[in-house]
Amino acid sequence: MNIDKSLDAKGIACPMPVVKTKKAIEEIESGQILEVVATDAGSKSDLTAWCKSSGHELVDMNEDDGVFTFYIKKG
Amino acid sequence: MADKKKTNIILFSGDYDKAMAAYIIANGAAAYDHDVTIFHTFWGLNALRKDEKLQPKKSFMEKMFGKMMPRGANNMPLSKMQFLGMGPKMIKGVIQKHNTVPLPDLIDMAKEQDITLLACTMTMDLLGLKKEELLDDIEYGGVAAYIAEGEDGAINLFI
Repeated sequence: MNIDKSLDAKGIACPMPVVKTKKAIEEIESGQILEVVATDAGSKSDLTAWCKSSGHELVDMNEDDGVFTFYIKKG
Repeated sequence: MADKKKTNIILFSGDYDKAMAAYIIANGAAAYDHDVTIFHTFWGLNALRKDEKLQPKKSFMEKMFGKMMPRGANNMPLSKMQFLGMGPKMIKGVIQKHNTVPLPDLIDMAKEQDITLLACTMTMDLLGLKKEELLDDIEYGGVAAYIAEGEDGAINLFI
């Protein structure tokens, strides 16, 4: 997967992961991929819901030892 | 995106924790691309107060109110576990430890995200709060301003 932009959201708490993801996605073009790395346990459901509602596609997500990595394709 | 959804929050409470919840929801909604307005009324107006000491012309009663109410978001009490001021100190320590955003920063972030901060003028009069005591770049209105936003709001909250 080609990652066009990466966002480090580790260590920050709600609502920052979603707020920062929104800012980051504004900086890429439609169809490009944003990678978000977060440690907030709520970010799993937060970012999944946010993608669904904002018209972006959550292409992939994985969890490794409390670190969540999201791959979001801009809609 | 045409026709953005709207989130409207009435902040009635002057408690630090409740205001924090309101501002977290507001910032989250803004990240969802909602048009967000926070209506500050009664004790919630204190979240918009500047923390410096200002002395606008006031009646005796208004001065008393001004002295008894917290000056600004950072000086607001907790709704629970106030413990004569120890509670807020403790919670701010915990906020920092958990990398959570403290209330004054949440308010700054709300402004950055173009959230409309609106002060209710009727309760400003009741509590004797003057425009120069409140943050710059806020809007003023009454119940009609809320209804206009609230009637087609996707989310309406009273906190």
